[in-house]
Order: sequence, then C-alpha cells, then structure tokens
Amino acid sequence: MQVFTDSSPAGSQGSRAPAGDPPADRLLAVAAGREVAAEVHDRVLAETPVLEIDRFNLWYGGKQALHAITMPVPHNKVTALVGPSGCGKSTLLRSVNRLNDLVQNVRITGDMRLSGDSIYDPRMDVIELRKRMGMVFQKPNPFPMSIYENVVYALRIDGENSRAVLDEVCELSLRGAALWDEVKDRLHDSALGLSGGQQQRLCIARAIAAEPEVLLLDEPCSALDPIATGKVEDLIQELRGRYSVLIVTHNMQQASRTSDYTAFMYLGRLIEYGPTTEIFTKPILRETEAYVTGRFG
Amino acid sequence: MNSEQGRPPRRLRSAHSSLAAHGEPLVWLTGGALALAIAMISGLLAFIAVRGAATFWPVPLVELELADGRRVLGEVTGRERVAAVDGREAFGRTLLKTATFEVTGNHYEWFDDPGVARIVQPEWATAVERLEGGRFHGLPLRLVHGDKTVAEGAELAWREFERIQPAVRRRVREALRIDRHDRGVLQRQLRAARLGVVQADLRSGRDSVAYEAAVREEQAVTARVHERSALLDAETAQLREENAGWGFEFEAAGGEKRVLPLEQIVRAWQPNRLSTMGKLGVYLGRWWEFLTDDPREANSAGGVFPAIWGTVAMTLIMALLVAPFGMLAALYLREYASRGPVTTAVRIAINNLAGVPSIVYGAFGLGFFCYVFGAGIDEVFFRSALVADNQPTFGTGGLLWASLTLALLTLPVVIVATEEALSAVPNSMREGSYACGAGKWQTIRRIVLPRALPGIMTGLILAMARGAGEVAPLMLVGVKKLALDLPIDGTFPFVHPEREFMHLAYLIYDVGFQSPNSQAAQPMVFTITFLLVAIIALLNVAAIWLRSRLKRRYVMQQF
Repeated sequence: MQVFTDSSPAGSQGSRAPAGDPPADRLLAVAAGREVAAEVHDRVLAETPVLEIDRFNLWYGGKQALHAITMPVPHNKVTALVGPSGCGKSTLLRSVNRLNDLVQNVRITGDMRLSGDSIYDPRMDVIELRKRMGMVFQKPNPFPMSIYENVVYALRIDGENSRAVLDEVCELSLRGAALWDEVKDRLHDSALGLSGGQQQRLCIARAIAAEPEVLLLDEPCSALDPIATGKVEDLIQELRGRYSVLIVTHNMQQASRTSDYTAFMYLGRLIEYGPTTEIFTKPILRETEAYVTGRFG
Repeated sequence: MNSEQGRPPRRLRSAHSSLAAHGEPLVWLTGGALALAIAMISGLLAFIAVRGAATFWPVPLVELELADGRRVLGEVTGRERVAAVDGREAFGRTLLKTATFEVTGNHYEWFDDPGVARIVQPEWATAVERLEGGRFHGLPLRLVHGDKTVAEGAELAWREFERIQPAVRRRVREALRIDRHDRGVLQRQLRAARLGVVQADLRSGRDSVAYEAAVREEQAVTARVHERSALLDAETAQLREENAGWGFEFEAAGGEKRVLPLEQIVRAWQPNRLSTMGKLGVYLGRWWEFLTDDPREANSAGGVFPAIWGTVAMTLIMALLVAPFGMLAALYLREYASRGPVTTAVRIAINNLAGVPSIVYGAFGLGFFCYVFGAGIDEVFFRSALVADNQPTFGTGGLLWASLTLALLTLPVVIVATEEALSAVPNSMREGSYACGAGKWQTIRRIVLPRALPGIMTGLILAMARGAGEVAPLMLVGVKKLALDLPIDGTFPFVHPEREFMHLAYLIYDVGFQSPNSQAAQPMVFTITFLLVAIIALLNVAAIWLRSRLKRRYVMQQF
C-alpha cells in the first residue's frame, strides 16, 4: 500500500493532514479545505494504465471543483467513480475528453495522459483527442437522424463514405451494444423513435463505433428504468476486457457489479481507490466503508 | 400544541380559498381575450372573403321606373335609410350600378324609394363587359354585320351572338398578344442592336472593325424587324378586318339604342335568365379572367396576373435571400460569439431593427441598392444604355432590389427566430457530437441545424407573411401601377430581375384609393385583398407543411 502525497501547485491552502489522523476526521479535514492524501491500493498501481491523471486541479471561476486528483486508469478494465453528489466525478470525467473546454471560465492545472500523450498539451488537437475516446451521457442523446447514421456518425465526420465499411461498423457496434437484434430491421428509421433504454444502448454503440481507447460513461443508467438499467449493466460486463471503461455512478450496487476498480471521491478530492472487491468489503478507510454501505452520502 | 386552555387551536391556513386562488376569473379573462382576438381576426377574414368572393357573381339586373317616367337598369349594390328631417318622413334609398356611362352619364346612382314607381326584372336584360368604357346594361335588339342585320329579336340575336362571340374574342386576344408581346420582342431586338453599336463605339471607337460589325448587325436586325413588323401588321390587320363590322345593338333602359362593336365586348350575360349553373359558369369565367389576364381600364377591370406573378416571385426571392443571411448571422450570434455586453448590444440592436418603419427601408433600398449598387452595375455592364438612352437598367427600382429591400426588412425576424431555434437545441446533443470528435462546424451542420430547422422555418414563414403584405417600401423600389412585361420571358437572358413589376398589395392601394372611379373599383379591391390573403396563406401552408415534415424527421418526443 502506498500513500500518494500530493502537493498542490496552487500552494498549500491549509496544513497537511498529519499521518495517522483518525480516519473519521479525514472527511472533516476535506470539508475544512485541508489537503488529504488519497489511499491508493497497490493493485491499482500494478496495472498498466491507459489514462494517467496527474495532480489535476480544476476551477469553475473562483471555485475549485477538483483538488490535485492523481489516479491511473487501468487498461481494459472497468473503473468506477463513486461519491456523493457534487464531488466532482462528472467534472473529472468531462475533463478527460476536454468537454469542459466548452464551459466558460474553467481553469485547470496539472495534466492527464492518454497512452502517454499529454491531453492538456497546448499542441494537442482536441478533436483528434476526442476521436480516441467515446462518451455516453446521463440522458440518452441520440442525434436527430437514423439509427444507422447515429452509429456511424464518428466515421461520417471523418469522411468515411464507403458503404461496406459503414455497414460493417454499424453491425459490429450495434451487436457490441446488444442492440442489433432489436433494430436490425429498422436501421434507417429515426433514432428518436427508440425507447429510452434502446437510445442509451445506441449511444454506447455510437461511442464504441470508432474503437476508442477509453470509454467514458457518465451515469449511463440514471435516466433508465430497472430493466433497461439491467441491460446496460450486462453490456458493460461484456465490454470489460475489451475496452478501458471509466464509469461515473451513483449506484453502489452498480459499481460493485460492473467494475473492476472503484475510486471514492469526496468534495473534489480522491479519497480511496482500489479493487472493487476490496473497496466494498474491506476498505482501508472508515469513511469509504461508511459511504459504500450507505451510512452517509 | 393546542393544549393551551381557552384558546381555540391556532390555524395556520384558512379552510376556505378565495375565488382568485382557483383561477376561474382568470380562465374567463384569458379565454375571453382569446375569443375576442379570434372573433376580430376571423371577422375580418370572413368580411374580406365574402366581399371578395361575391364580386364576380352575376347579380340580377333590375329596372326601376321612376315617378317622373325615367327608367334605369342596373344592379342593386347598396341600400340605406335616410333619417327623417323637419316633417319629411324617413325613407329608404337604393344604390344602383347603372353603368352604361355614355347614356346615363353615371356609373352609380342613388334612387329614393318614394320616387320609384315600379321595379321589374326584365328577362332579357343583359350586362355587357367591354374593353373600354365600363359596363353596358340594356336589352338586346339585333346583331348586325356592316349594314346587314344578321339576327333580329332578343332571342335570335343572343343565340347568334353566343355562336359568333368566342371567335371574335379569340381574334381580339390574338391581335392584342401580337401588339403587346411580339412587337415588344421586336422593339427589344432593335434596342439591343442599337445599344450594340453604342457599346462597340464606347469600347473600340468608330473606326474599329467591331464597330463596323455592330453597325452591319444593326442594319441586318433593322431590316429583319421591319420585315417581321410588316408581317405582323398584315396579320393584325386581317384579324381586325374579320372582326370589324360585327355589332350588337342594345336598347338602354331609357330607350336609347346603341350598337356595340363585337370586338369591344369581353363578355355578356343575362343574369335574370341564367340558371344557378349558368351563373356559376359566368362566375368561374370571370374568376379565370381575373387570375390569368392582364388588367385593363386603369387596373379596375380585367385580371391581375402580372401582380400575382410579381407578388409570388418577389416573396420567394426575398425568402431565398433572407434565409441564408439570417441563418448565418444567427449562427454566429448563438454558436460562435462569446457571451458578453457586445453580443447583447448587437442582439438588442437587431430586435430594434424590427421596429424601424418600413418606408425607411424603402428609402434605404432606393438610395443604396438602386442609386449606388444598381448605378454601379449600370456603369460597368450597361453603359451603352446609359449613354444612348440615358436610361438606367439596374439603377432604378426593380424586382431584385425590391426583394433585397424586403429581405433587409425581414432580416430581424429571421435572425431572432433562428436564434430561438438554435438555443432550443439541447446542449446534450452538441456535447454528444463533440464527444464523438466532431468539430464545431460539423456539429452545427449535422446536428444543430437539422434540429433547429423547423424553428427556423417558423421565422421564415413569419418573414414571408410580413414581406408579402408590405407596400410602403415597394413603392420606392420598383413596384409600378402597370408593368406587363414579366421578369421572366422568352427574350435573352430570359430572367430580368431589373424589371419593374406589379404587386397585389400595391394594387389594393392603387385601385382602391388612386382610381378615378373608386366606387366601381371597390369590389375589385375586396377581390384583390382576398386574393392576396389567399396567396400568403397558400405560401404559409406550403412552408408549414415543409416544417411539419422536418419536425417529424428531426424533433421528437424524448421518452
């Protein structure tokens, strides 16, 4: 076990929590704005990372939303981000593909690396970067076009017009998203006619169509009913091992069912990060245990 | 809580609620306001529709025999009561369209009821519509050809007239077509050749080969035109010859006899004899003439085809011009411009532009499009016309400049509507597209615009409705009282956007308020208004149909 000792580039904004601090006080220390070291399990560090988040800070205007996040995201594994509302999970996820660039008054320090390439390097072309990732949002957001065009959208914007290529990608992606059998007879109907669960699986198909290096799922089931949720969770299970998945979720069961690793965040800080089984059964910190068992948050 | 002795339990909320809380008074208020608005609008439309549609229906001709023995024949077009004044009793009076100007000296006349001795509807009373001089009301006597009487007596003469008239009318129209159209073409050829010479002179001087070629060309064209002109002369002369001599003698109500040349008669009908189907035939025939023919008699009779053409063409060209400009401007404002005081100021300015009086746009269009832009085009491309005839081509009002002016006028509407539509596109769609690696323009073109298109169409519909009904600016930039040459015809280069044109809304003003005989023109004004409203409604229905198709494709019910 290793304790990450972060140093905030913005200068220390309070005294460092002394080692051996009683764990219950850690959340209070975080709430008081003091820096708290994250507990990162050794097994996480033993994995090959596809994405390395390195002392990442983010401010919305004057308000700091992420505090010195340092976490590696393992290759071809499912990593879940859990934590109470407003803890910065989604912000962190949207920072990975730089969607936060679209928000005004966002300022960041630190960096992330995708397969070794700096994401926040000024020379990095953000469009090229996003082409290497896929993202699925809270609410299904199919585009106003046919199912087929939705799936091959990423290829279309790259100028791919070969019918054979597109057909193949469309079928593979829809099969990958467990949607093929349901829509194969109406590929050219509007995607807007699908049910919510189907729409969300369509969005997953769209996200995996271009073979992304990382798949970002931002609470993909929060707008779905239990049956649709079950289907999407099954799908995430199937994606495991083939894609590196970073998933934000509010649902502890979902995190424990679908993920290999789980990171617990609180008020913009990473608190504990380790294999899902350990986080849910014998976490290092009492706070983590309290959260995953539902005693707070 | 309520255990304190002697005090009733304290109630925080009343058990009753006021009427206002239930909202019934507001239902009545809001519903009433809507009902009033609908009543006013539908009342106006119904009034226009009824008056406009009734114009061409054949009304019975009544003959009034007055107490003094005078007799008049006409259509009843109005009734009113005259109030009692010092001892005189109140009485009614009738407005009669007597027509037959050369006999009665009037088109309309009031007749007091006490002065009318007898009212009859003569069976054979005939209304004759003529090319010139307005209508004639009378009883048919005989059909003549030269000095010969072809048919005598109302019935025989009428039957013979109905047999001959279509051919006569056809020849008249043919001669008219030759005079207006074929000769116009020849005139234009002559002018083009003449301008060609001037052009060659301007460009290469008088001693050049090009100049000589142009002169030779002009001579050839002139010869050809003269030859053709002589042919046309012969043709029209023959047509007129065949028509000449035919006449229809009528007896006006007062007993005066008049022979009306058949070539002058556009149409005649006998409303008192007609069955409902027959009336319908006359009705539809007059509508057809109205929709397809050129106007005559200072626009107060005949058709309005050039005006229909001008209105539709101008509105469509305007829509084509304003749509891309408005969309691009709104796209920049909503998608690219960063939010800030400058953007807000621009937005407010655009909204204010919608409130600028339209005549200001007209003045601007005349000053800028015609006198600056158009004059510049003339200077470069149509210098010969300027030098030879001192006549501007683009440097004066025309269809193109009018469309541009109206496009400018309706631009704020389109920009505002497009911005609304763009802001209604959910941000999640944009983010989804960016997350797929799409660039800004790709996102706009493939996601945002299709989704916003129905809303943009709404703006365009509003703009078209506003533009099509606008008159004031058009009077400055190209609408004319009479312009029979359509902007598209068979002469090279086939499309003539610089030509002046006619417009229905202007026609309403012209016929209704500038006509020397406004009473006669009044029904025509209603019909033109009806037609204009119908055309705008038709354009809107087309656009709405398009919008609903787009909506079905791009916007949906999520969940």
